Amino acid sequence: MSAPLLEVRKFTKSFPGVRALRGVSFTLSRGEVLAVIGENGAGKSTLMKILAGVQRQDGGELFLEGECIEIRSVHDALARGIALIHQELNLADNLDVAANIFLGREPHCAGIIDARRLRREARQFLDAVGLDIDPSVLVRTLPIGKQQLVEIAKALSTNARVLIMDEPTSSLSSHEAENLFAVIRDLRKRGVSIVYISHRLGEVKELADRVTVLRDGENAGELAHEEIDHARMVKFMVGRDLSQFYPHQPHTPGALALEVRALRTPANPQHEVSFSVRAGEIVGIAGLVGAGRTELVETIFGVTPALGGSIRIGGVEMVPQSPLDAIAAGLALVPEDRKQQGIVLGMSVRENVSLASLRRDQRHGFLNRSREAQLSAQMIADLRIKTPHDGQAAQFLSGGNQQKVVLGKWLALEPRVLLLDEPTRGIDVGAKQEIYRLMEELAGRGVAIVFVSSEMEEILGMSDRTLVMHEGRIAGELQRTELSEESVLHLATGTHSRATLS
Amino acid sequence: MKKIFGITGLLIVVCIITALASESFLSGYNLENLVRRTALFGIISIGVAFVIVTGGIDLSIGSVVCLVGCGLPWMLKTYHLPLPVALAVVAAVSVGIGLLHGLIITKLRIQPFVVTLCGLMMYRGITRGFTRDQTFGFGSNYDGLRVLSTGNIPLPFIKGFAIPAPWITLLVVAVLAAIFLNRTIWGRYLFALGRNEEAARYSGINTDRMVILAYVISSTLAGLGGVLFVLDVNSAQPVDFGNVYELYAIAAAVLGGCSLRGGEGSIIGVIVGAALMQVLRNMIMLTTTRTNIEFAIIGAVILLGVIADELVKRYAVRRRAAKALAAGQS
Repeated sequence: MSAPLLEVRKFTKSFPGVRALRGVSFTLSRGEVLAVIGENGAGKSTLMKILAGVQRQDGGELFLEGECIEIRSVHDALARGIALIHQELNLADNLDVAANIFLGREPHCAGIIDARRLRREARQFLDAVGLDIDPSVLVRTLPIGKQQLVEIAKALSTNARVLIMDEPTSSLSSHEAENLFAVIRDLRKRGVSIVYISHRLGEVKELADRVTVLRDGENAGELAHEEIDHARMVKFMVGRDLSQFYPHQPHTPGALALEVRALRTPANPQHEVSFSVRAGEIVGIAGLVGAGRTELVETIFGVTPALGGSIRIGGVEMVPQSPLDAIAAGLALVPEDRKQQGIVLGMSVRENVSLASLRRDQRHGFLNRSREAQLSAQMIADLRIKTPHDGQAAQFLSGGNQQKVVLGKWLALEPRVLLLDEPTRGIDVGAKQEIYRLMEELAGRGVAIVFVSSEMEEILGMSDRTLVMHEGRIAGELQRTELSEESVLHLATGTHSRATLS
Repeated sequence: MKKIFGITGLLIVVCIITALASESFLSGYNLENLVRRTALFGIISIGVAFVIVTGGIDLSIGSVVCLVGCGLPWMLKTYHLPLPVALAVVAAVSVGIGLLHGLIITKLRIQPFVVTLCGLMMYRGITRGFTRDQTFGFGSNYDGLRVLSTGNIPLPFIKGFAIPAPWITLLVVAVLAAIFLNRTIWGRYLFALGRNEEAARYSGINTDRMVILAYVISSTLAGLGGVLFVLDVNSAQPVDFGNVYELYAIAAAVLGGCSLRGGEGSIIGVIVGAALMQVLRNMIMLTTTRTNIEFAIIGAVILLGVIADELVKRYAVRRRAAKALAAGQS
């Protein structure tokens, strides 16, 4: 291979409370597809944001064609030919396709946009990504897969030599993903280098020339094209073999703790969902993004009250109309979006831990401060929350410790049924494993646990039984003995499709 | 706590400057008047602080002051209602206004700014309508009630200065408010939802009910303020009675440490903030012949105060983050 086009040497970057990168290095050759993989929180996104000029590194150097350069802004990065295609697309959906492609660089004469030239040039870049659409249609009328291609066309129009794609298939259908792969291969042929970030290992195997694995902000390993296989990637990502990582033990389920019968959620009112969970059981809910998993647990928890059906908690029938109802019945939910729904960032660890149990522990409306202090001390010890003191604001904790605070808030109420929505998203590997151990321990104590996860390994590793959702309904149920990546995906996609292998 | 020291320091500095610039600042008459106005504005500022803690805003306060301040003597004079009945009516109207604001804001999800801005216009318009822009007062009646605002409590051993009576009301309100905010679960709920309403709701807090409560407290204290203001001056003109008082109240709350982003605030800070506002007004009145620049100066001081506060806060966050990081590494 020729001299690298791009070389990153020893990048470091810290945020309040977290060291996101601790010295990451990699190289990228011309016309190469390099996959950067790693668990959530491994530092992939931070690394890419630095390359694209969204953030600046604290330390380390960047070489482009052997020249040491500094990227100060997004504008700088684009001028150097480095373009980032965000996980969430950055298009102005009220404008047409051509206007988006040349946003900020419109061909003009004395400030008046030359619309005809704009369309003509846009056409040329749309062709390059195989998009046969009229440049004057509004972006919002396009399906998401095509919007993504528009974004790529936009990047190409800036003469990008390095395209960084952050989880590009996370919201695409399998057909759209196949289409995207074809475009990527075509770009590679034309000498464009691509950094492809993903945690879908199937895609990586299919596309990448080389794989770099990050773990906890460091290089965990690198795989050449012929070495790329699932087991090796996972091993680098989690730092050990899977069987050791998940502390799963068989449980003996007790009485029925949660029964959901013909439940209709506001998000998918056309489908009825039924399932049940026994005390001491860990049930995983798998499915693609948008399958209705979060909506299901939020409806059970009363965030978005059910339109119909029944819920029995510990044998008592009640359909929660608010989280307050659900909590009273013995439910708890660790929500998907930790910072928005789980934790109050500006409040202290103590105040967060006690938030849900204040009502129970009140003395005629007054705070029971000694009980509050005792509770938070207990949770800090039990869950091993790393914090200098219980008055520390939650915003200064790492993601994993924040998640433990959210868990502590619920454990303080001793719930009968614990619902967890993506419980380990965005937290480091160590904290992940602690959360798995905690789930095991709680199940051992007879708590019924339902967890939603988009991480295949987590579903395979942690669940006694798995419900797979597809387009708003439960497509199937898998016992632990039937559980495999293929069986889950088969149900999750409705068909067996290679393109969505993850 | 640090914030209160900062604002108290600023208050002292402004007092010293004014005292040096004008001899009449320290006269018993001036001080008494200043302290009285501080108490009256303190009451309405505490009200708006509750709303600001939830991350909302109440722009209708000045107009509620007008509605109640003009409405009370109007009812007494026009309909000869017995005093307790008239007071009950203004109390019910004040509570009702807050309830209405809170319900529209929480159930229809309309921004507090819009709802209370419309209130600002409506309540003054309504007042001007039923009073036909006539000035109302108590004349020489109801002196017993007016003592609440005009009375003085003489201090032992000190002559020439007495504590104005509204301080009794302010102290009662402030103590109750501070206990509510800091010692009850509902106060904690207000702070929590002010910082993150969604997380509070997911934690089983009835956030709508708490937000409605905050608006009820705000308009009720505005109504109480309206009564005390009109008892003090004994004459209320619907055209400008209570005009821009909401801005004085909001400014006092912000200076006193309430963040408009919600989730922060202390009652003592708000009272000190209200005092600072009144001293600034007093300074301008005493030291310049051109009182028409009052707003320019007050605006500039608040802006500088808020900027200084933001800079200090950023510095503190950075230092704490660095510390947390160092602790995490060791």
